[in-house]
Amino acid sequence: MSLLLDSHREDASRRDWQSILHLDALLLFSLIALSTLGLFVLYSSAGGDNQLVLRQCIRLSIAFGAMALIAQLRPQWLQRWTPWLYSIGLLLLIAVLMVGDVSKDAQRWLDLGFVRFQPSEMMKLAVPMMVAWYLSDKRLPPSPSRLMIAGALIVAPVVLIAIQPDLGTSLLIGSAGFFVLFLAGLSWRLLGGLIVLAAAGAPILWHFMHDYQRQRVITFLNPEQDPLGAGYHIIQSKIAIGSGGLFGKGWLNGTQAHLEFLPERSTDFIFAVLGEEFGLFGIGVLLLIYSFIIIRCVYIATQAQDTYSRLLGGSLAMTFFIYIIVNTGMVTGLLPVVGLPLPMISYGGTSMVTLMAGFGILMSIHTHRKLLPT
Amino acid sequence: MPTRVTIKDYLFESHLFMQRSVQALVFALVLITVLLGRLVYLQVLAHEHYTTLSDDNRIKILPLPPNRGLIFDRNGIILADNLPSYRLEVTPEQVHDMPATLDSLATIINIRDVDRERFEKLRARTPAFKPVPLRFRLSDEEVAHFAIDRHRYPGVDVVAGLSRHYPHGPLASHALGYVGRIDERDLQRIDVSNYSGTTHIGKVGIEKTYENTLHGTVGYRQVETNAEGRVLRTLVRTPPVPGENLYLTLDAELQNITEQTFGERTGAAIAIDPDNGEILAFVSKPTYDPNLFVNGIDSETYQALRDDDQQPLFNRALRGQYPPGSTLKPFVGLGGLEQGITSEHAHTFCPGYYQLPGKERKYRDWKRGGHGSVNLTSAIAQSCDVYFYDLALSMGIDRLHEFLAKFGFGTRTGIDISGELPGLLPSRQWKRAVRGQPWFPGETLITGIGQGFMLTTPIQLASATATLSTYGRRMRPHIVASTQKYDDPELSPIVNEPVLSVPIEDRHHWDVVINAMHEVVHGKRGTARKIGRHAGYEIAGKTGTAQVFGLKEEEKYEAEKLAEKLRDHSLFIAFAPVDTPKIAVAIIVENGGSGSAVAAPIARTILDAYLKKGDTP
Repeated sequence: MSLLLDSHREDASRRDWQSILHLDALLLFSLIALSTLGLFVLYSSAGGDNQLVLRQCIRLSIAFGAMALIAQLRPQWLQRWTPWLYSIGLLLLIAVLMVGDVSKDAQRWLDLGFVRFQPSEMMKLAVPMMVAWYLSDKRLPPSPSRLMIAGALIVAPVVLIAIQPDLGTSLLIGSAGFFVLFLAGLSWRLLGGLIVLAAAGAPILWHFMHDYQRQRVITFLNPEQDPLGAGYHIIQSKIAIGSGGLFGKGWLNGTQAHLEFLPERSTDFIFAVLGEEFGLFGIGVLLLIYSFIIIRCVYIATQAQDTYSRLLGGSLAMTFFIYIIVNTGMVTGLLPVVGLPLPMISYGGTSMVTLMAGFGILMSIHTHRKLLPT
Repeated sequence: MPTRVTIKDYLFESHLFMQRSVQALVFALVLITVLLGRLVYLQVLAHEHYTTLSDDNRIKILPLPPNRGLIFDRNGIILADNLPSYRLEVTPEQVHDMPATLDSLATIINIRDVDRERFEKLRARTPAFKPVPLRFRLSDEEVAHFAIDRHRYPGVDVVAGLSRHYPHGPLASHALGYVGRIDERDLQRIDVSNYSGTTHIGKVGIEKTYENTLHGTVGYRQVETNAEGRVLRTLVRTPPVPGENLYLTLDAELQNITEQTFGERTGAAIAIDPDNGEILAFVSKPTYDPNLFVNGIDSETYQALRDDDQQPLFNRALRGQYPPGSTLKPFVGLGGLEQGITSEHAHTFCPGYYQLPGKERKYRDWKRGGHGSVNLTSAIAQSCDVYFYDLALSMGIDRLHEFLAKFGFGTRTGIDISGELPGLLPSRQWKRAVRGQPWFPGETLITGIGQGFMLTTPIQLASATATLSTYGRRMRPHIVASTQKYDDPELSPIVNEPVLSVPIEDRHHWDVVINAMHEVVHGKRGTARKIGRHAGYEIAGKTGTAQVFGLKEEEKYEAEKLAEKLRDHSLFIAFAPVDTPKIAVAIIVENGGSGSAVAAPIARTILDAYLKKGDTP
């Protein structure tokens, strides 16, 4: 590693504003495009609540600020601090279970006096960082024993978050860790075994699930069973999206959203507002931006010069994808209702800051490279 | 870290990572394709289906109730109108905790126990998504209080509407009737869809008879509602067609004078225009305030009205059946002349009683000493009973029945107010059918003086009097003169054709009877001569004193000794002016005593009020 740092001169021609600011223009502009689209949809779904839109703008500014800040940190520096970050996160998760605030029947928040803090958010970054840190130490693909340890590093926080209970976040963290393993060369045979194990473990998982979580699964399997209760969300969001058609009902003209038939329309179900008002065309635009971001992030990861950065960058890109597919799958009725926001579009603060911090890491990875002389 | 190993690993790992990245992207691509497929299904293939669901969600059809037609008297004085009013409605489906909501509402709006009871009853038989009225006629303060706190009460609404109002209160209440909330029985006789927005319906009187005319046709609006069911905007509006206005034949001023004159007495008075059968005054006493019924009368008030000895809710003018007493005599006399049984100059001696040939029983005359020798004219003027015992016996019940039936006795007049009773004109057939007994001659005698089985209603008696005054031209009494569409200033008169006029044998016979009735009022010995003084116009009339209580042969009638309920009914029929009759009246004062003393003066006041209206400035 020291070899890469010391023996190569930085290419002066690459020292444009991107290198100076440690930002990636393509990623930055597509993120700006995404948040702009998001603000338009949010403005509509807020139904005249300009305060809400304003707060989202402030959060976006903070999130972009966090991204820019993180992008300044060298990947090596992050790597060095990874075990600490992970350990602190794990301790905080245990603390949350013991002394955390209960909101909406789930213990997620830790009141630090001056700020309410969700340790699970921190773990969204800390877990892939930790697994990448651990695996990058030795040659890849990892040996079965190392995989076991890596697996334990993932499962511990996932379980702690799942019993809060916050199924959405634990799912995200689990997949973030999983993607590090996958990108590190987890063998397909082992992967197949894991899938079989997961299928076999589903009844056990069912046994440990809370009633409302079980209800969500039942509702997913048959939403019409309880059209005014738990199935209401899915039925109404399908109606919203379906009635949008090819080009939608027009901005601010979504009847499902504006007449309050659609629940959670500014947060988890905002995708349905987009689908209703802008139709398949609008959703296509959104998915194009998302795809571009994912591809750009994966590209950045492949261009990374050390294993830690590569594994971390690739995992962050794929976690972003999981975010998208879980939310859109839920809103379109393909997946059970799991409380995950639509990244960069849904109203909400903490997860957006974490997400943008992740993009900050990717930008840092990309802009702190030492280019080999041609 | 050994450099050589690192570089070697680096190339291998870089390759591995690239491979895995591509696989991950393919994985993502597959899932995104599945998502797109789902979206194409929802937004293209099932688009129509979801558009329908979306419209079903937001569009509701709400009925627009038509405004009820107004009711005016013949001079355009308003008798029934609609006032804006606010009612409080609760949609049970949208209320989570009904008792708590009602308790809480009661802190800002006056909700009595009666209101709650009625609300619970209505709620039990209304689907949960339909609003149920909780309070009617909210005050402005209550509306304002609720407006402030409205957000605290999802599913509770203040609804503006029009409420029936009778500005003159009890005036003509028995003619007008009233509207009340639609109940189970009403639902069976109405077109429910036309009443989908209507809460009230005519229950009795003109309000009931002319329900179809007054109600109008319901309109609709398609509205967009939010998930809570609150109406946000109207998409399509089909306006309702308001009900037609009614112009009555009733003269509110005359009605008022009649009611005032009648005072606290119990009974009925009808004034009718003999020319066309138009009802000028329609009084049944006691009256009640129809406004009490519009928004649901509370049970105490209702019980008080129902259990009142005077039975204010009883429409005596249409449903009160009284023996006509001596007021029947002109008709019996006319029958005797027309059927050739007696003549104008034939005399009968009245010793004060009458005996059937070969029978001991004495049928008494009201005048103990008798009237001496009387002819038809003096018999009517002095109301001699013996003359009519004799005449009735000569006619026999069959001819008596046949002739009296031509005047409408014993059948409904067909007046356009519902609920009329037919009275009773007895006959052999009737007695055999109903009593299973043969007809006895003694019953013919007392039928001849309007007693016994015979019963008439005040409206029937007035109609018969009018028919007599016009030489048999019998008009159906009616109270609605014309209707008026909401968008048309023109009135459409309701045509009233004569019904089965009485055939005339000899017009002179009618003159004789009418002259005799003139003698009743203006003759020296007329029973109603007191009211004939200084009239300024000529009146033909006949007094009647109907027995409620059969006296024994030798018993003397002493009003003071009898309980009030057993006292005689006081009757009077009249028309004026004699030559060109403009008004005919029939008055019955229950337990009033003699016709001349009580009923006749009331008639004079009515006639004066109507005929001298233009005289004094």
